[in-house]
Amino acid sequence: MIPAAFEYHRPKDMAGVLAVLVEHGDEARVLAGGHSLIPMMKLRMADVPHLIDLQDVDGLSGITVDGGRIRIGAMTTQSDIIGHAALAEAAPIMREASLQIADPQVRYMGTVGGNVANGDPGNDMPGLMQCLDATFILVGPDGEREVQARDFYEAAYMTDREDDEVLVAVAFDAPSGGYAYEKQKRKIGDYATAAAAVLLVKDGDTCSSASIAMTNLSDTPVWSEAAGDALVGTSVDAAAIDAAVAAMLGDIDPTQDNRGPIEFKRHAAAMILRRAIARAWDRA
Amino acid sequence: MNKELSRQERADALGGMGCKRKRVEDARFTQGKGNYVDDIKLPGMLFGDFVRSPYAHARIKSINTDAAMALDGVVAVLTAADLAPLGLHWMPTLAGDKQMVLADGKVLFQGQEVAYVVAKDRYIAADAVELVEVEYEELEVIIDPFASLKSDVVLREDLVAEDGSLPDGAHGPRKHHNHIFTWEVGDKETTEQVIGEAEVVAEDMFYYHRTHPCPLETCGCVASMDKVNGKLTLYGTFQAPHAIRTVVSLISGIEEHNIRVISPDIGGGFGNKVGAYPGYVCSVVASIVTGVPVKWVEDRMENLMTTAFARDYWMKGKIAATKEGKITGLWCHTTADHGGFDACADPTKFPAGFMNICTGSYDIPVAYLAVDGVYTNKAPGGVSYRCSFRVTEAVYFIERMIEVLAIELNMDPAELRRINFIKKEQFPYQSALGWEYDSGDYHTAWDKALEAVDYKGLRAEQAQRVEDFKAGKTRSLMGIGLTFFTEIVGAGPVKNCDILGLGMFDSCEIRIHPTGSAIARLGTISQGQGHATTFAQILATEIGLPADSITIEEGDTDTAPYGLGTYGSRSTPVAGAATAMAGRKIRAKAQMIAAYLLEVHDDDVEFDVDRFVVKGAPEKFKTMKEIAFAAYNQAIPGIEPGLEAVSYYDPPNMTYPFGAYVCVMDIDVDTGVTDIRRFYALDDCGTRINPMIIEGQIHGGLTEALAVALGQEIAYDDMGNVKTGTLMDFFLPTAWEVPNYETDHTVTPSPHHPIGAKGVGESPHVGGVPCFSNAVNDAFKAFGLRHTHMPHDHWRIWQTANKLGLHG
Ligand SMILES: Cc1cc2nc3c(=O)[nH]c(=O)nc-3n(C[C@H](O)[C@H](O)[C@H](O)COP(=O)(O)OP(=O)(O)OC[C@H]3O[C@@H](n4cnc5c(N)ncnc54)[C@H](O)[C@@H]3O)c2cc1C
Repeated sequence: MIPAAFEYHRPKDMAGVLAVLVEHGDEARVLAGGHSLIPMMKLRMADVPHLIDLQDVDGLSGITVDGGRIRIGAMTTQSDIIGHAALAEAAPIMREASLQIADPQVRYMGTVGGNVANGDPGNDMPGLMQCLDATFILVGPDGEREVQARDFYEAAYMTDREDDEVLVAVAFDAPSGGYAYEKQKRKIGDYATAAAAVLLVKDGDTCSSASIAMTNLSDTPVWSEAAGDALVGTSVDAAAIDAAVAAMLGDIDPTQDNRGPIEFKRHAAAMILRRAIARAWDRA
Repeated sequence: MNKELSRQERADALGGMGCKRKRVEDARFTQGKGNYVDDIKLPGMLFGDFVRSPYAHARIKSINTDAAMALDGVVAVLTAADLAPLGLHWMPTLAGDKQMVLADGKVLFQGQEVAYVVAKDRYIAADAVELVEVEYEELEVIIDPFASLKSDVVLREDLVAEDGSLPDGAHGPRKHHNHIFTWEVGDKETTEQVIGEAEVVAEDMFYYHRTHPCPLETCGCVASMDKVNGKLTLYGTFQAPHAIRTVVSLISGIEEHNIRVISPDIGGGFGNKVGAYPGYVCSVVASIVTGVPVKWVEDRMENLMTTAFARDYWMKGKIAATKEGKITGLWCHTTADHGGFDACADPTKFPAGFMNICTGSYDIPVAYLAVDGVYTNKAPGGVSYRCSFRVTEAVYFIERMIEVLAIELNMDPAELRRINFIKKEQFPYQSALGWEYDSGDYHTAWDKALEAVDYKGLRAEQAQRVEDFKAGKTRSLMGIGLTFFTEIVGAGPVKNCDILGLGMFDSCEIRIHPTGSAIARLGTISQGQGHATTFAQILATEIGLPADSITIEEGDTDTAPYGLGTYGSRSTPVAGAATAMAGRKIRAKAQMIAAYLLEVHDDDVEFDVDRFVVKGAPEKFKTMKEIAFAAYNQAIPGIEPGLEAVSYYDPPNMTYPFGAYVCVMDIDVDTGVTDIRRFYALDDCGTRINPMIIEGQIHGGLTEALAVALGQEIAYDDMGNVKTGTLMDFFLPTAWEVPNYETDHTVTPSPHHPIGAKGVGESPHVGGVPCFSNAVNDAFKAFGLRHTHMPHDHWRIWQTANKLGLHG
């Protein structure tokens, strides 16, 4: 459990970060909270000759809630999210989900940026970001660009981010309506066996908008448009929920691992989604 | 003058047996001031690290160490070829088998030690490990012990003679090249006859899955050979430091007086630190070769994948009874998966440990047990993880067997237990499989437990839940787990208990200092059990000096008397007895001194808490403190100066702690998630030395039981890859997963132990595992389930429910 030797860089600004990234290409990687990257390096599954610590780079952390728009700096920790009153008010699903990530010690270190940039299908934030239709803001040698969370994930650990780009923030509109983040895990500190992020807007007795994303049930997060569509225009009755669950099951592609065989995961995914929909609808 | 203290006040001031003395160890542990192996830093110390096999079964075609040797800071790379001239490429195991220290031509499990790199620091060592080039030729992998016994693939060529015949193993004839031993106890013929003619027979197969003790601190050592004085000092995570010294002497040829083994603070053992590992041997060799100290400390993955596992028993059972539920016979055949080498830690004459305690707490007239040990491509081990030798397997077996019999009889399992318990007046009780149970009062304990949890009320609630479930009102089922266990601990009488020929007595040596304080040294070694606290309490009561004035020291073979160490709940039953006996020798001499000082005959003084008093004249006395001073500083005719004693205690019998546990669990049928609503644990460990430490031990043991029952396993895929090599997948419960435990007790002292104590550290684990498992099984009983295997993690529970058709 000892990583291979590496060079440690600790630049003071983004220009310094980008300079090292450009110079060393895929030999260099940024380090945020280190709670995904360092274990990978210790297992020698990630070889990072040049490690660039983002800790001293100004302007990367902090949460702003401005009108209906929320922006969270990449270096904001999961613990910061849990403790932020205005965010909890504007987007309570962020707090509900963050409380289900890992354990308090990991949450003091783990960042939003690291969680969404990592590309591990087990991470909870990517699915949540897709549910919220968040925008990721990236900076590279050619300047800033934006990409939608729903377009960001390509495969496990493969994202739209270029090797020389840094994610600086995520931004999304404060969601309205009911919400739920439901996660089944084996123990505290575990990644999801199945997790569902659900946002529902209620108009009278009818669901006027629905967004549903699932975590750790494919090699990328799964935003199931069809599942959401199945609820829109309904009273979220049993038939609609059945249809949403069926649609979601059509979109996921879980694999067998220590959390269980595929049939179980599909069953768990269905249960978790049912519960998330029920809770979100209740709150809508 | 101080006011006269009452007798009780004087006793209280001692902090002796029965009081909740705070653990003296905690001051350093809670401040991070413990001194563990990895805290030991010696000048010039080098670091060792292993090249390990990625394959579970492969021939080694070549090993090239050139690139590793070329790395700056690498001092040596050892392979089997380097150890062979010393005869150290293999080492004896505790089970009479031998094990490769470094791969000798082939590897038999994933993670097996192939080469040992020695470097200036552990970072360089880790880099060098990557540079050693090993060419493997993969061989067919055997993971299943039943398949192994039928396979043409020979796992251990070294155990097949040139002519293809199979020489006997350490435990007699072998039936197949992958077979290790057959061990039989009891009366096969009569048992099978009884079962054949019985009114009711229940039969099932119970798999007790492979798991691992996983102490927080992994295994490690620092070997330091002083070439000037020829002394080897070996610091290590050893649960049995003296046994390690003797074994090191036997295999290295270094005389025992030139070897000093030191177990510093140990961060949990649970059986994992009983055996000898290649890391120890390689570090010793490396230190001898280089002349400087060499440290080796495993990482978590190495610990989980390679150092001793626990369990992996397939137990097939049959139990016979009358229609009324009176048990008439028990039959068990176990297939024991020992991995690539038989490195089980059991007393020599017991290749399956004390598995023959499997008649449990019941009066079973006839029984038969056979165990077949089998080689497979898994890591070696087979240690007693928080239990006496294979006792958790035995108790799991009988407590599941009883539940299955209750189903067969359509009888309440609590009642079935009650009518079969060994009765109080039957003790000492001779069991059908050869043990003499020392004492017990099972009915009293059982009634107390069932009443405490309102057993009838629970069953009524459960029946209602089943109704509601069937009516679609709930998706949650309720399980009531029952267990009544009898352990066998305190190995053991030298006449039948030895490990590698070393008798399993234990020892205590006491020195009283002139001013009335003392040091006592024992042959055991605490790994967190609190020996420094409890042994001082035993002595305080025995010799009348305050526990706070008594230092307890263990773990240094140069100073401690010889003993066989700490595991199998043997410390209190054996070393605790030695402590009391040594204390009594001190007291006997103190009595003579007191009599002299009080100018009366020896027989005219008697011990009274902290002093000797003249019989009938308690105002005439000498305190133990005064006596201690006189022992050193006053010329007493006919009595040597000094106040010391040593006792080696060979126990006349094992001790048999018992207990009654009840678990109430709710199960989400759709997700397989379990919720332990209540856990009640009544333990009877005989005389209670420190109730607070007992409670702590029970909480710890129950938590490890919960882990094992609900998810903790070492799992392999078909290629022999370990699937659970990190704590992400290997379940260690945290405060979050652990329920609130209710503890309770009865007290039935051991009649043969000097203070009546029986040992408690492992009871909760032994009793807890079947209790949690019975709760899961019980929840599904109303839907036709007889038995489902552990570990009861979410997906397996879901699968059980699914097979029963509970998902619509
Ligand atoms: C025991 C344990 C349990 C866990 N359980 C969960 C869980 O249940 N759910 C969950 O979601 N996560 C879990 N995690 C992961 C944890 O939340 C991580 O902290 C998170 O995934 C990564 O964040 P980080 O800040 O630590 O990133 P790092 O580990 O520092 O980085 C992760 C990756 O992202 C890249 N990266 C980081 N920041 C940026 C950036 N700004 N721009 C571009 N690339 C970047 C790094 O180069 C690296 O490749 C767990 C971790 C542990 C150790």
